[in-house]
Parts: sequence; C-alpha cells; structure tokens
Amino acid sequence: MKRTISLTVNGDLHELAVEPRRTLLEVLRDDLGLTGTKRGCSTGDCGACTVLLDGSAVNSCLVLAVDAHGREVLTIEGLAEGSQLHPIQDAFLEHGGLQCGYCTPGMILSAKALLDENPHPTAEEVKVAIAGNLCRCTGYTKIVESILAAAEKISGAGVS
Amino acid sequence: MKYFDYLEPTTLSEASLLLAEYGKDARALAGGTDLLVRMKRQALAPRYLINLKRIPGLASIEANDSTLRIGALATIRAVHTSPAVRQQWAVIGEAAQKMASVQVRNLATIGGNLCNAAPSADMAPALIGLGAQARIVSSSGERIISLEEFFVGPGATALGQGELLAELIVPAPPSNTGAIYVKHAIRKAMDIAMVGVAIVLTLDSSGKRLNEVRVVLGAVAPTPMRARKTEDVLRGKAVPLDDAVLSEAAEAATAEARPISDVRASEYYRRKLVGVLVKRAAIQALERASEGRVVAN
Repeated sequence: MKRTISLTVNGDLHELAVEPRRTLLEVLRDDLGLTGTKRGCSTGDCGACTVLLDGSAVNSCLVLAVDAHGREVLTIEGLAEGSQLHPIQDAFLEHGGLQCGYCTPGMILSAKALLDENPHPTAEEVKVAIAGNLCRCTGYTKIVESILAAAEKISGAGVS
Repeated sequence: MKYFDYLEPTTLSEASLLLAEYGKDARALAGGTDLLVRMKRQALAPRYLINLKRIPGLASIEANDSTLRIGALATIRAVHTSPAVRQQWAVIGEAAQKMASVQVRNLATIGGNLCNAAPSADMAPALIGLGAQARIVSSSGERIISLEEFFVGPGATALGQGELLAELIVPAPPSNTGAIYVKHAIRKAMDIAMVGVAIVLTLDSSGKRLNEVRVVLGAVAPTPMRARKTEDVLRGKAVPLDDAVLSEAAEAATAEARPISDVRASEYYRRKLVGVLVKRAAIQALERASEGRVVAN
C-alpha cells in the first residue's frame, strides 16, 4: 500500500505517494526526474547516490523514501543558482576533478557536507570525507585539489 | 526489495508488541545500512518492517561523572562526534570513527551495529572492554545484561521475541585507565575488520603495575570475545611491559582466538594478526594509561 509523504527537495516541497519498499534514490530519479543523483552499487559502498539529508551526507540508496518523510533533501541539481555554478562545482571544473562524471555529484555533495561543517579542511580531512565515494576513472588527487580550492573560494567570497 | 508492510510505532512498548505479534515475519529498522542491503539481496524478506526511528528519545547520548548512556538509535556519527562520549569514553568514539564512511555513519546506529551481531561489529569490542551493559525492553518490562552476554552467535543476540535493545549503559573507567581499539582491514574506510582488538587496562595506584585488564577480540570467533587467558597473562604485571610478557600475551591471544577462513582472511593469517595486534594495542593502551589521559584518543 502506498503512503503519502512530503519531501522538501532543493527547496521545493513535494507530496508524493510511494510504496514503502522504494528508496529515496529511486523516488528522486524516477518520480521527480532528478537524475543527477546516480545509482552505483545500491549497497552503500560507492557513494554515487550521495545526497544531503537535513544537511548530512547519506547514501540515498540506503534510505527508504518513507523514512525521509518531512525532511529536507539537497541533490546536485539544487547547488547552482540558475546558471551560476556553486563554487565547489566551479572548482571541480577548474581543477579537472572529474573524468566520466559518474561519481561527481556524490563527490560534490560529500564535499559540501564537509565544507559546511569544516570550512578549512586539511587534505587528510578531505580524504576522510570522500572515503565513501569511489572514483573508477582515475586517482583522487585532482578531486582533493578541487575540494581544497573550493574551500578557498568559499571562504574568500563569503558564500556557502 | 520484496513487498512489505511498513509500520511506524511511536513508543517502545508499541514496537515490542508488534515485534512480539509478528515474530520472525517482522524486522526492526534502525539505520538500515545492513538490513536494507540484505533485503535488496533477498537474503531477508520480512513481511513487516517496523521503523523504530519515530520513537522519541532513543537517540540520546548523555553522561555524568559515573555513567555514559547511549540510546540504541544514536548514529555512529553522533557517537563519534559526541562531547559526552569524549569525556571518559573516547575509545568508543574512536571505534565509531573506524566504521564505514561518513554517509554510512550518518545513517547507521550503534544499536543496529550491535543487533546485527556480526562477529566483526566495530562497536562491540571497546564497549565490552569498558564493561557496557545493554538495557533490553519489551512490552512486559525490561532487563539489563552485560553486552558480552548479548552476543550468542553470528547474527544472533540474546534478544527474545518482542524484545528491543533500548540503550547501552557504560560505567566510567577508573582513573589511570587507558583504552584503545585497533582494527586491521585492507582499507581504512568502507571495510570490515579482519581482526579488531580492544584493550582496556588500569594501572594500580602506584602506576607501576597493571591492575585490571580487559582484552576483547573482534572477527576471530562466532561472537566478539573476551580473551580471558590473555587478560590473565597481563594482569598484575609490572609496567612498562617487557617483551617476554608481551610475547606471552600475544601467544595466549593467538591460541584462544577461534577464527575462520573467509573472503577477508584465512584462519592462519587471523591468528597471526591477533598476536601482532594484541601486542600493539597493549603498548598503546599502556601509553594512554601512563599519560593519565584516562580513555583518551
């Protein structure tokens, strides 16, 4: 039996009827069309599906949509302001922090959760923050550089 | 995932009545990071899923001078970052930090980690080492047992039908206590322990001899286990510990561990590793005790 839930996604309130066995990831992608959040392993190991739930990074494949009722979700689509990219997104572009792009939305949201809490992380702290996000194209050097550069951008510009 | 009926009790007694009524057809949902994975793989297909997260108060973490209380639904991240835990029980936060990833720690709960009862459960060894107790509730009352007795086999706990783990109660360690949880895995993050070792040791009032010692091993037996023979070797010994004592302790732990061979490590390798880690953990726990940092990290 479907349940009605309310979910605030990227600032917009949605009322949705969902089967309890469906995950937040499925509802974001299939019901709301927000396909920026990627499905990787579906077991919480790869981090491609990372979103912020009430500001905390979580694997959306491990959250039942009904369990997110009444909560706030931020996905990659909610970061840019119109055509103005978020400084983390800018930093990934400038520093080549991506190749195929599949892990990128999750990486960027893990980075956002880190920088919201710790605006001036060390490289080691960045590595801990993205330890649950796998990139299979390359190493993580440029990703770590991107996140450190984003931290400087944000603190310089006074945006969050 | 197969279809299930989803229930959201708002009190512990309501939850335990539902679990009692539906028995093996029901599963309690906490963080979901183990349970949902097993349901997706269809290793489990409960007819009823009982979400405990709408029950108020189950995620609190509180401490006074003598006792730390951690609600079963406290997330691993909350345990890791809690100032209350840091006061005298920092080794529990240290173990929490060694589990999985930020994303998983934000979802997974301490109660879920313990009730899942994996022999490798990262939260178990340090808690057992500190003498933690489990408060178990049902619709007919409650009981308190030592966490050591909570584990009865791989994936099996002392919980009866309709019983729920509500809280961990951890006594403050005596002064001159040092504690550590050492975990060995291929990766630092997102990996399951091949072997985990917690050691909690207390110096006597002179600071020259080991008084109480607890050695708890993870991932080398059907349940997290106290290594009592190893404790016997260390108890009463003069500090700093000499190499002969450390080697004797390592040999005792190697002998009393009961590991299996699996995808992560062979029985042989685990036995060797237990010895190495017990030595290393004893030295580090002793350093912490000697520095008077109580249970520092």
